[in-house]
Amino acid sequence: MTTDTAVSTPDLAGDSLAREAWRRLRQNQAATLSLVLLALTTLACVIGPWLTPWGLDEVDWNAFLTAPSLADGHYAGTDANGRDLLTRVLHGGRVSLSVALVATLVSLLIGVLYGAVAGFLGGRVDNLMMRFVDIMYSLPFMFLVILLMVVFGRNILLIYAAIGAVEWLDMSRIVRGQVLALKRREFVEAAHALGVRGHKIVTRHLIPNAIGPVIVYVTLTVPKVILLESFLSFLGLGVQEPLTSWGVLISEGKDMMETAPWMLLVPSVFLALTLLCLNFLGDGLRDALDPKTR
Amino acid sequence: MPGYILKRLLQAIPTLWIVITLSFFLMHLAPGGPFDGERQLPPEIEANLLATYHLDEPVWKQYLIYMGNLLQGDLGPSFKYKDFSVTELVAQGFPVSLELGLWAIGLALLIGLPLGVIAALKRNSTVDYLVMGAALAGVAIPNFVIAPLLALVFGVFLAWLPVGGWNDGQWQNLVLPVVALSIQQIAYIARMMRASMIEVLGSHFIRTARAKGLTEAEVIWRHALRPAMLPVVSYLGPAVAGIITGSVVIEQIFGIPGIGRYFVQAALNRDYTLVMGTVVFYGALIVLLNLLVDLTYSALDPQIRHDD
Amino acid sequence: MSKPRLAVGSLLLATGLAASPLQADTLRLAIMGEPASLDPHKISGTWENDVVGDLFEGLVTEAADGDRIPGVAESWEVSEDGTVYTFSLRDDAEWSDGTPVTADDFVFAFRRILDPATAASYAYLLYPVKNAEAVYAGEADSDTLGIEALDERTLRITLERSTPYFLDQLAHYTAYPVPKHVVEQYGDDWSRPEHMVSNGAFMLEDWQSQTRIEAVRNPHFHDAEDVALDEVVYFPIEERNTALNRFRAGEIDIAREFPTQQYDWLQDNLPEAVQVAPYLGIYYYAFNTRDGHATSDPRVREALSLAVRREVITGRILGTGEEPAYHFVPPDVAHYDGAELDFADLDQQARLERARQLMQEAGYGPDNPLELQLRYNTSEDHRKVAIAVAAMWKPLGVEVELYNSEVAVHYADIRQGDFDVARAGWIGDYNDAQNFLSLLEGGVANNYGAYANPAFDELMDRAAGTQDLDARAELMAEAERLALDDHAVLPIYDYVSRNLVSPTLTGWEPNIEDIHRSRWIGFDD
Repeated sequence: MTTDTAVSTPDLAGDSLAREAWRRLRQNQAATLSLVLLALTTLACVIGPWLTPWGLDEVDWNAFLTAPSLADGHYAGTDANGRDLLTRVLHGGRVSLSVALVATLVSLLIGVLYGAVAGFLGGRVDNLMMRFVDIMYSLPFMFLVILLMVVFGRNILLIYAAIGAVEWLDMSRIVRGQVLALKRREFVEAAHALGVRGHKIVTRHLIPNAIGPVIVYVTLTVPKVILLESFLSFLGLGVQEPLTSWGVLISEGKDMMETAPWMLLVPSVFLALTLLCLNFLGDGLRDALDPKTR
Repeated sequence: MPGYILKRLLQAIPTLWIVITLSFFLMHLAPGGPFDGERQLPPEIEANLLATYHLDEPVWKQYLIYMGNLLQGDLGPSFKYKDFSVTELVAQGFPVSLELGLWAIGLALLIGLPLGVIAALKRNSTVDYLVMGAALAGVAIPNFVIAPLLALVFGVFLAWLPVGGWNDGQWQNLVLPVVALSIQQIAYIARMMRASMIEVLGSHFIRTARAKGLTEAEVIWRHALRPAMLPVVSYLGPAVAGIITGSVVIEQIFGIPGIGRYFVQAALNRDYTLVMGTVVFYGALIVLLNLLVDLTYSALDPQIRHDD
Repeated sequence: MSKPRLAVGSLLLATGLAASPLQADTLRLAIMGEPASLDPHKISGTWENDVVGDLFEGLVTEAADGDRIPGVAESWEVSEDGTVYTFSLRDDAEWSDGTPVTADDFVFAFRRILDPATAASYAYLLYPVKNAEAVYAGEADSDTLGIEALDERTLRITLERSTPYFLDQLAHYTAYPVPKHVVEQYGDDWSRPEHMVSNGAFMLEDWQSQTRIEAVRNPHFHDAEDVALDEVVYFPIEERNTALNRFRAGEIDIAREFPTQQYDWLQDNLPEAVQVAPYLGIYYYAFNTRDGHATSDPRVREALSLAVRREVITGRILGTGEEPAYHFVPPDVAHYDGAELDFADLDQQARLERARQLMQEAGYGPDNPLELQLRYNTSEDHRKVAIAVAAMWKPLGVEVELYNSEVAVHYADIRQGDFDVARAGWIGDYNDAQNFLSLLEGGVANNYGAYANPAFDELMDRAAGTQDLDARAELMAEAERLALDDHAVLPIYDYVSRNLVSPTLTGWEPNIEDIHRSRWIGFDD
């Protein structure tokens, strides 16, 4: 995919840049298909729970741990408490996807601001800020997250924040690099010369231009967060009943893989599909946004 | 070079200090204490115990006491496992986790790198699709599903390998946990290697090498491989963190006596000293492995020199 | 199976340790957790009992079926009023280093476990012994304790008052002797593998934390020639599915628990290995009766209790042979014929009607729904039961917030009264109704819901002072009746023990305390 053509300067006008990238993304079949599937999955999780004949914590006293069947309305079977698995998987998708999105946004917010500030100010401050990031990289972060979960209980908002706080480091490095590169370019210098204030340069010019790599990074962070959430669920630190998530459902299902395989298979298929699509989409976006391939 | 290593090790000190301090105060913030359980201790006895371990002091004072002991190399007694000190428990568990982690990283590189190269060379062929499809499957399934699945298939059904246990690290007991731990990293490494190999193969100097009339094998072996491996090596830092996180799951499922298992149990039991002990050593492990990664990186990339 | 046994056999032969020159039998036992210690004074879990009970023997001990038989004591006499026990110790009782087990070792052990400095969490089991409570609280000197060595082989224990279950209790690890000469030499390190000396059928060989504990036959044990096994290896395995898989792969011979959800599968595939038996324990929900909680209203408590369909929980949710509980004291408790909830005979429809009516009387209805927090500690089974109960309360218009936390937080919080309804359970420390009913006495730490009924406390006091077993049982049954009528707690089911035992083993007998000493186990050759 990488060609040997000279590296062109990215277009300054954000609009045409986006349009160009979009066109290129649509040419990538795997990425397009992934995008469609992701949209469908999200849609199913958002509206699906209203369409299924059963409620999230509704118990069907006649169907404990039954296999998928069209006859009784449990299209994906039931769990050990007689609750409809499809409903729970779709509900769980809401939690997993929103955890992933919010956590990614948190990491984005911290990472972009931190990176942009470091890159923009440069010099001593940059040095200090990046040294701090280096130190943070060496923290056994997962352990801190586990401790946080232990301290504050299974609060879903906290799961967002905790995971987001783990993931911002990469983001800040990427953004800083972008900003450093962009800073030297004419339009920023021009803005400086015109007396535009520092924070305005960051928000108006630098961040919009660094957005490409950041978008790619987001599509790669979301699957990571989904896996992290499932890891916490495995440790018994997942969301509180009757809420559920794909991670919780899979860790419930893994003990039943021989006796009630649908309990593992249904949520796993949703999870795996989502992760695969996000990966393909991430690859596609990288190709579409990479200036070198233009 | 030795100066660089020393500098890095010195840098680890503030890192570890932050880790210790954060963990200490988080742990003491957690509700419940080490002596809470299903059966209540009589109040006099509990007061007695708390005094023995200085748990009746204000937290900042406990922190000073802990740091003082730590500087003398004393990690304190375990509240839960009364027959062992934390130092002994960590000394038993740390080598186990380290062995598991090193094997897993080794296996991930051993399999991931060639797979990536093959996929890159046979780009857009069936082989490429197969390899990348398998790699993606590795990314898409949580390891706590892969691990029991492996145990069931290879341990129970086929009975080729033990289902669990450590048995002093005999190879039979290592195989399943190492495989389960490395699958995800194999996938990441293979994908990364493929992408970077493709990029390198398209670059100027490879064309020059080809133009000089070198055979394809020589081009790849002598010129393309090293630069293509750089992104993978720099990924190894995060990979180490991933493997260590994963080891918590794997140790639990396979019943392996590493410190990841201790950490989770200790955090849930509020075994303060054991939590702190494992965190200190995990912090140290990450620092060491990251240093190793950086040294490898500079060995591969002639442009980076750590002379300062 | 034969491979490891042969391998160990040749190893033992080589070191000259093997008692039987033909082959060595090694039992591989999965216990459900890593022991906190192997010092009998520092433990409180059932899995620790599995190991420590093989290493030590009390004055009285357990037969294969759990019945009490003479242990270190050969015979004993009880005074007329039931307060003075005089034990004659057997001549051939020896520690694993060959020194005799003396009456003094028992005196030393009792004083040590009740010493406040030892901080033994289970010491209260010895409270029947004269002055034990005062010594433990640091209010009395340890030589005022009601235990004395009359001579090397004669031990006298004086009780506060007649305690019918005292002999049974002497088989418990809190009443084991400890080797005075070793403990004095090594202090708290005495229980480490390199120092430990014990007097049971097996002696500690090695302990690798979180991996394995190895014990070999103790040649100094008085009944050593009847011990079939040469070695026992204990594997601590918390994950019940891992234990099951390792059992299936033949890596262990006994798993002390299996996951409930695999029961059907096990019955189909390994029927001869599954051992399910009634267990001396009650699974219940505690109601918070403190002011400010809706559950302080007995009508609410009764309504909630009425709506729980216990048969559905035992039959469909758990389904491992648990029995629905309409009582607080499990039915198989010795010398006791207990009371039952008065609605036990009603059918579900009638129960629900009554429950609705009670809720209405208490002031709850569609426009004023009752909101409750139901707390449980993290566990697959607790979670399933809580979900089912929440769903069963729904028809009453109760809105339940489920809240789970890990064990330490759960119990710390519910002791503070921070709950409406909380999952609890009690496994009998000894086979007596008093052990269960005392959980509901006013001011007791494990009375989570702070249920307080002076009439109940008075009945229990009277029962404690009654020597006649039948009269005592009647008083306690009356007390249980009171507590059940008050709906002090919501009993759900009687526990069962769930073991996987390889069919090649002999000597495994199911019993209500789920105690299985390895000295009775052997391989069926």
